[in-house]
Amino acid sequence: MSALSSNWDRRSIFRAAAGLGAAGTLAACGGNNGRGGGSGSGKQLTQYFHAYGEAGVEQAVKRYAKAYTKADVSTQWITSNDYESKLFTALLTKQAPDVFEFHPQIQLVKSGQVADLTDIIAPVKDDFNAADIKSHTFDGKTYGIRMIDDPQFFFYRKSMLEKANVSVPTTLDELIEAADKLTTSKVKGLFLGNDLHAIELPLIWSAGAEPLTEKNEIGYHTDAVVGGLRRLRKLFTSGNLLLDAPTDFWDPSAISQGLCAIQFCGMWAMPAMQQALGDDLGVFAFPKVGSSGRPSVYNGGWSMFVNAKGSNVDAAKEYVKWLWLDQKKYQEDFGTSYGFHIPPRTSIASQAEKLKSGLPAEGVKLFNTYGHFDNISWTQAMFSAWDGVISDSVRKGGDPEAALDACDKKINRELKKLFG
Amino acid sequence: MSTTTTRGTASPAPAKVSGTRPRRGLRASNTLNFWLFTGPFLIGLLIFVFVPIGWSIWLSFFDARFTVTPSNFVGFANYRHMLTNSDFTGSLVTFTVFAAFIVPTTWALSLGLALLVNRLRFMRAFFRSVFFLPTACSYVAAALIWKMAVFNGVRFGLANTVLGWFGIDNVAWISNPSPPWYWLVIVTVRLWLQAGFYMILFLAALQNIPTELYEAASIDGAKSGWQTFRYITLPQLRATSTAVILLLLIAAYQAFDEFYNIITTRATWGQTPLMVLYKTALGANQDYGSGSAGAVILTLLICVITLFQGKIMGFGRGEESK
Repeated sequence: MSALSSNWDRRSIFRAAAGLGAAGTLAACGGNNGRGGGSGSGKQLTQYFHAYGEAGVEQAVKRYAKAYTKADVSTQWITSNDYESKLFTALLTKQAPDVFEFHPQIQLVKSGQVADLTDIIAPVKDDFNAADIKSHTFDGKTYGIRMIDDPQFFFYRKSMLEKANVSVPTTLDELIEAADKLTTSKVKGLFLGNDLHAIELPLIWSAGAEPLTEKNEIGYHTDAVVGGLRRLRKLFTSGNLLLDAPTDFWDPSAISQGLCAIQFCGMWAMPAMQQALGDDLGVFAFPKVGSSGRPSVYNGGWSMFVNAKGSNVDAAKEYVKWLWLDQKKYQEDFGTSYGFHIPPRTSIASQAEKLKSGLPAEGVKLFNTYGHFDNISWTQAMFSAWDGVISDSVRKGGDPEAALDACDKKINRELKKLFG
Repeated sequence: MSTTTTRGTASPAPAKVSGTRPRRGLRASNTLNFWLFTGPFLIGLLIFVFVPIGWSIWLSFFDARFTVTPSNFVGFANYRHMLTNSDFTGSLVTFTVFAAFIVPTTWALSLGLALLVNRLRFMRAFFRSVFFLPTACSYVAAALIWKMAVFNGVRFGLANTVLGWFGIDNVAWISNPSPPWYWLVIVTVRLWLQAGFYMILFLAALQNIPTELYEAASIDGAKSGWQTFRYITLPQLRATSTAVILLLLIAAYQAFDEFYNIITTRATWGQTPLMVLYKTALGANQDYGSGSAGAVILTLLICVITLFQGKIMGFGRGEESK
């Protein structure tokens, strides 16, 4: 209409154009597309890392990337609580990372999301911990390069156990008893994380069972596991368990700040704990559950994968080979300079002086003696189904049998989808 | 961009110029202007709302795991799975319980605040702003403050410190679902966040009530206080109340942020429908087919409930029907 057009004088058009221009500039500034400019020599790669809690890791990862000359590697440091959701969703989009860290899980292979790395790992295969190769291999092909092994076990305050006249627990019952004796008005006896997610697998192993059998059928549904769940319920309601702490199991704060006497945590947090508590620190494996049980340690960790659907698969493989196979200095730095992790390569682990004496050496011993590695067939959906078991039976107080039956249904559906 | 420079001049103009221009030209430019102004919005709506809805419906008939471009048609299997999935049906119950709590409490609290603020004779602007400010806070930030500072389970958490003064033991507000203290955490955070916004709506409505009504009532002998509130204020607020309740219900249906951050998807209780869908589609399972089926079911439910509510409460029927 005319009123409109008469108002569209040159000034307002200019103003509008200027505004658009400004908005465009702002949008360009905020263009957080993970591909920051850089010196631009050839290919551009993006890598995803979850946020490590230890100081210096982020800078280290970026430093390694910068040292690589054949491609521009930018790092996305994912700070959200659920790294896996962010990663899984990103993998479906055009903004997917070319290279990402995760755990070996079969659904990534089945859905064609991770590239076969058999050829690049072949020359140095024998240098890797055989169990790490096995956990990343399916149908004879290896899909990931292990960067670090992270055993998870209990840390305890020696002075507190001594004062309460408690010896290091060797069974779940002893652990529950110890938690009771160690609890005072200021300190809780035990911390297993706020949602108990971290002890799911150790509970299964310590009860003498396996999450899945060799034939990829359910292996966790045994009487000993049911018994373990019942005992955990007793512990949960005893008032001796630290609950709703401001930090979760993976953070050393709970034990470092004196909120608990025993904490389930991982090797990575050992340096921070030692710094806070000095020698007043010991470690032990998840104790056996029931008479036929055995102590266990979950040898978790992180591995590098290449996005098979990315646009630079070859360049990404080359980068992974360069950093996680060729550059031993960086691998050692990553494993022992920040948190403590066990290098999966024998040649590096044997040189890691920091892990050879004192408490770190005890941690390595637990890793070697009681360790269970990832099972590639145990997927994120199965972890999630087991969260339901812990929630229903331990936290809510429902019947463990019923909770396991419900979990069986979910896991069987998942197994059927994966293996037919 | 361009709309800001012409705002306010476009609408009253056509009446003035209609005589001088040929009809046909006017109609054409009217159409042009219609598209000019609604076009960008419609394109956004199309791309960000209708295409995803269509895509969801399409996905819901496929076995879409770890992909959003599936090829394996499965008919109604995803719908069957979601409707027999106790997590999903349970979440509808959770939502109902939550709505039953939050809708009346927020309604009452914001109306109460509005009445109080409306009566103030001094510092009105201050109190209005103070109660309205939490609306500007993000749900995620507030949920984390509630979880880690106010309601954490250790002895120095705010809530536990206060209980400690009375010699009451520390309470694990969130981890332990029996007794279900987590509802206290969830309801209080949402009340704090949204009561102020609805207070403003009520305040506006209160100021629209003609004072003559109160004067007439007092001449007729009505006592100010409960009587005038019950027989004048409340009926006059009917339209606003209906709108507020509808908005609150929709907000409750969309509840996600504070549940996700406080209760997390690792629990089996306190899971709202959106959390279950998130977990199914975007979380560990990456099952976009079942997730989409659930989303379609949820959409249909919201439609039915909104229509039903409109029917009984007369929302949208206009002023004369009151």
